[in-house]
Amino acid sequence: MASLFSTATIEEPRISLGHGGILPPVLIGGGDDGPGSGKPDYATRLRRARLGLLVALTPVLMVFVSFTSAYVVRQGLPTLDPHTNLLVRDWIPVKLPVLLVVNTFVLLLSSVGMELARRQFRGAAVPASPSANGTTSSAEPVQMPWLAMTLVLGLLFLFGQWSAWQQLAAHGFYVSTTPSSSFVYLLTGTHAVHLMGGVLALFVASIASLFRRAVATRAIVVDVTAWYWHFMALLWVYILCLLEFSR
Amino acid sequence: MDAHAHAAPQGFIRKYIFSLDHKVIGLQYFFLALTAVFVGMFLSLLMRIHLIWPTASLPFFGEIKPETYLSLLTMHGTIMVFFVLTTAPQGGFGNYFLPIQIGAPDMAFPVLNMLSFWTTFLGFIVLLAAFFVSGGAPLHGWTGYAPLSALQSAGPGEGLGADLWIASIAIFCIGALMGALNFITTTLDMRAKGMTMMRMPLTVWAWFITAILGLLAFGVLLSAGILLLMDRNLGTSFFVPLVTVNGQLTGHKGGSPLLWQHLFWFFGHPEVYIAILPAMGLCSQLLSVFSRKPIFGYKAMVYAMLSIGFLGFMVWGHHMFMSGMSPYTAFAFSIMTMGIGVPSAIKTFNWLGTLWRGRIRFTVPMLFAIGFVSLFVTGGISGPFLAQPVLDIYLHETYFVIAHFHLIMGVASIFGIFAATYYWFPKMFGRMMNDTLGKLHFWLTFVGAYAIFMPMHYYGMAAGLRRYSQSTEVAYIQSLLPLQRFITFAAFITIASQLLFVINLFWSLWKGKQASDNPWEATTLEWITATPPPHDNFAGQTPVVHNGPYEYSVPGAPRDFVMQSDAPVTAAH
Repeated sequence: MASLFSTATIEEPRISLGHGGILPPVLIGGGDDGPGSGKPDYATRLRRARLGLLVALTPVLMVFVSFTSAYVVRQGLPTLDPHTNLLVRDWIPVKLPVLLVVNTFVLLLSSVGMELARRQFRGAAVPASPSANGTTSSAEPVQMPWLAMTLVLGLLFLFGQWSAWQQLAAHGFYVSTTPSSSFVYLLTGTHAVHLMGGVLALFVASIASLFRRAVATRAIVVDVTAWYWHFMALLWVYILCLLEFSR
Repeated sequence: MDAHAHAAPQGFIRKYIFSLDHKVIGLQYFFLALTAVFVGMFLSLLMRIHLIWPTASLPFFGEIKPETYLSLLTMHGTIMVFFVLTTAPQGGFGNYFLPIQIGAPDMAFPVLNMLSFWTTFLGFIVLLAAFFVSGGAPLHGWTGYAPLSALQSAGPGEGLGADLWIASIAIFCIGALMGALNFITTTLDMRAKGMTMMRMPLTVWAWFITAILGLLAFGVLLSAGILLLMDRNLGTSFFVPLVTVNGQLTGHKGGSPLLWQHLFWFFGHPEVYIAILPAMGLCSQLLSVFSRKPIFGYKAMVYAMLSIGFLGFMVWGHHMFMSGMSPYTAFAFSIMTMGIGVPSAIKTFNWLGTLWRGRIRFTVPMLFAIGFVSLFVTGGISGPFLAQPVLDIYLHETYFVIAHFHLIMGVASIFGIFAATYYWFPKMFGRMMNDTLGKLHFWLTFVGAYAIFMPMHYYGMAAGLRRYSQSTEVAYIQSLLPLQRFITFAAFITIASQLLFVINLFWSLWKGKQASDNPWEATTLEWITATPPPHDNFAGQTPVVHNGPYEYSVPGAPRDFVMQSDAPVTAAH
């Protein structure tokens, strides 16, 4: 097993916002000369992918910001009782299943695994990066445990969330039972859908290794997925806190 | 995900259908918008006919019932706002020219770019499908106000048709977000050497800022759409209060229709700027090119666009003055809204400053750019009227608002699209469009647009109500019916004159005069490359930028323009 903390260093990608322009793409040519020749180098691609991810997380954040604002607004609204003609509160606090805490630990653990996988892949990508084209991957040591562990834990988390839904339903809380239960399903469901995107990316990274794709490409996919995964873990902690402490 | 790592495609499908080339994708967006605009225009034509001949039987729809009229109105608005005004300037021209203007070989993520187009295309098909399902298209307007939009039983179009409508908007949001992601990453990370942010053409600035607005706004609309779908199909009550339909309780209670309005307009107001900012950038560009003068106040233009974008997120409440909001809140929204007048006035002043004492070349794109400035002023000046709650409460439900937003958001943006088409057609297809037809098209459209929308202001001030399918039955409006007839006839002529544009477009594709690489003698990078540009934009070269984008009539320079990639300008000016 290769070292988890690679001693080789690569230049950290830098996101520059101006002053003299950004480094030009190393080689232009649209790949017309054959596969690989038109690709920018590893650092450029990594920087670009990370920047893309950072931008992509913004609308995800906006979705949850709007849900939160809807949550706060809806929680404070009274509703008219048609039988008594009085304004009443229909927000019944949902007691969250303890399972959600277990799921949280599973997700946080998967995030640790994801980080280890990210560093492992980055370590593997560095020796390949000087050649820049990254088509050779024959010398790459094949090691999957961290990535596989993350994948398994991610799926376990999703299964745990599904089980938590079953428990909620068993206690009589369905999507439309009360506005608070609507939000529990909405927030956990939307988060789960986003995490599935991460799971899908991990599948792609794993399958890519079977097809012996360029190690640099896989390292980039794993790197970006890792940051996405950490974001999802943080987001989940936020959702849990919102649902638990603002009942 | 690798940028420009893809080879030039060979087969028809990879070359023209599932292409990764930003130029092909740009054209796909353009032709999608062209299709959409004719559908949208056709719907408006039907509405105009119905307004003056309410009993006439119309093609496809037969006799128009009030609910059919509302369906036409909803679909007209939705198609125009999303699939024309958002799609053509940003998806179409932005996709085609942003990478070239910054000296990049392609977008940062070509696969994502292709996906974003096909997602948008799917959204359009899903939207059109709403016409053909049982009950027809929805009635709730392009703003989809709850509870009308949230109850399946609320009207004939509110069943499957409304579900398709929401699904279409959600799909569109996802496509637009993927596009915005690409625009921002490409602009930040793929500029050629020497292309500093402050050397970017104003078109690029406009697309960049528009992408940021889209990034922040479409996520909110998407989440509102998810809540609405849940209300409609899962029995939740986010937006639906205790309400009866035909005397029956719906089972919903406690939701807030105002919550929908807040979420919708938090998206909806920035959307106005998403539609018009690219046109602003383009017209700045064209006024400079065809006045043979540097743009007046480049930095002020950039900061004005940034502040318009920023303020655009602060003013959504001005769409809701009628909602019974606190007067203090309304006051805050009102002041903010009028604040947008400041950067808008800066832009207008700078456009006029650019024209001032320029050696103006009245080409067709220039005419449309000047037309844009005119419409921007005319449509914009009624903004401060509507920004005042006390006036808005009277005007809100009238044609005055229709006139206002059609002039500024609709026609002005469309003029931007026309200007862009006439300006970039030679680069995109290697041929010039016909000048005479173009000028005829401009004058008919320009005069026609004013003839349609100026009378609407008066009709609105006289309390002519919007959304009414039959003004012929309303007693107090009888004296204004000639005005309605005038508007309809003006619309006939204006819509017919758009055929000139289509004929010109397709005729020039095959028969137009051959275009040189730089027919307008412009300075930005798209004019240094071949016409039409090769697969990788610069045929293996990496452009290096030495100059700003608007170096016209530079003292001491050999020509009256200095390309961005020319040797650095040394003369003081």
